[in-house]
Amino acid sequence: MHDMETKLRKAAKDLLESGKVETVVGFQNGSLPLRTRPHFVRDASVADTLVWNRFCTNNLAAYLPRLFEKPASVRGQWSPPKIAVAAKGCDARSIIGLIKEHQVPRGSVVIIAMPCQGMVDPRKADAAAGEAVTDCHAGADGAFEVTTVSGRTRTLQRDQVVAEACLGCLHPAPAIADVKVEGPSQAPAAERFARAREFEAMAPAQRWELFLKEIAKCIRCYACRQACPNCYCKSCFIEQSKPNWAGAGDDPSDLLLFHIGRMFHQAGRCVECDACVRACPMHIDLRLFTQKLVKDVEELFGYVPGASLDDMPPLCAFQSDDSESFITHP
Amino acid sequence: MADTHTTKQTVAGTESAPAWEPRIVAFLCNWCSYAGADLAGVSRLQYPANVRVIRVPCSGRVNPMYIVKALQLGVDGVLVSGCHPGDCHYISGNLVARRKFVMLKSFLEYLGLEPGRVQFSWVSASEGGRFADLITKVSDDIRKLGPAKQIKKELT
Repeated sequence: MHDMETKLRKAAKDLLESGKVETVVGFQNGSLPLRTRPHFVRDASVADTLVWNRFCTNNLAAYLPRLFEKPASVRGQWSPPKIAVAAKGCDARSIIGLIKEHQVPRGSVVIIAMPCQGMVDPRKADAAAGEAVTDCHAGADGAFEVTTVSGRTRTLQRDQVVAEACLGCLHPAPAIADVKVEGPSQAPAAERFARAREFEAMAPAQRWELFLKEIAKCIRCYACRQACPNCYCKSCFIEQSKPNWAGAGDDPSDLLLFHIGRMFHQAGRCVECDACVRACPMHIDLRLFTQKLVKDVEELFGYVPGASLDDMPPLCAFQSDDSESFITHP
Repeated sequence: MADTHTTKQTVAGTESAPAWEPRIVAFLCNWCSYAGADLAGVSRLQYPANVRVIRVPCSGRVNPMYIVKALQLGVDGVLVSGCHPGDCHYISGNLVARRKFVMLKSFLEYLGLEPGRVQFSWVSASEGGRFADLITKVSDDIRKLGPAKQIKKELT
């Protein structure tokens, strides 16, 4: 891990010094334990402030559409900046999605591929340790040595500490790489969509009750939308007034409309990076619902979002033999 | 005239409260399903009066949010119908719509929306009979489900 950090700093320094990029997007240490924050390095002399560890959870692709946006002050021709991103498997998948949606010019983005062993979920670690965790180190066997706020140390298993999304990750290593940083990577998960299958097995009324219970927690801060790399619309449907898709209050029906709308807009695009789940201050279990969309695009159209640059996004394409099972015949 | 008036009053006096009837919004594509509905009318085919038709240029024009919004505004069911696959006036509008709708229906029913609230079909301009049968079937399905309350916004 430390080794990867050194290689990343060197790669960032090389890219900046050679003028190949203007900005390197990575992480720096956060002000809280087990946290990092996004870091935009524009000068090779500060490349050493970049860090790489098991707490680099955020999906950095979320910043790209704004970094590649043409400033309003520029008239006429404009060439986009060159930007490098330290990308884990999920970040790289998001970047591929953004390239396909023409939000990121392929020629202007440099993907620094960082193989990933699964990131630590501080909430999970705190819950497993029974109190706030102040330090956390991965041991050789995959277990974690954690130190809690009262000064005790203990060993926690990998699945007690690593984020749910990472435990179910199929693509821990980036699919495309412009600069490769060598390092250890976890094995792709064996079991897929376990939670969605379990939920599907319930009765519809029970599912609806659970869905309502989760959505009722929503305070409409829109953090899920802000954290999502796919949510780059200049004007979000939920804030439009013509048409007025949903009221502005906390009416359960309006909450439903926002969440159904936001999630359905991820159909065929969601890479399950879990940025929305991490961002949610009310701990809404959004993954349970978005997982269905990922499962459906894979089962119906054989499409895995962000897996390759070449295949068409599934809802922009069609086949003559697409599923007709949902059609009502009189 | 006087007789008619009296009769009406008598009927109104003896009648019990009318049975609940579903309100269904049908998004019909201009080129096939809307013309199919027209043919059903011209042919004087009988079908339940529960549908309110909204004419759209193509089934591909139907934003999935229209369907969810209609349910929020209090309709009991939504039907979307377009040209048969391969017959789209815009070549592929209904084929793209097909992918969108299979995802939407599957997602809404996964969340727990009653199966049958949202239905999709294909009706061509020459299928007046199929249109009448379709409306009969969809009305029956939704009548059995009862009033839609799941997404409906209740005014307080």
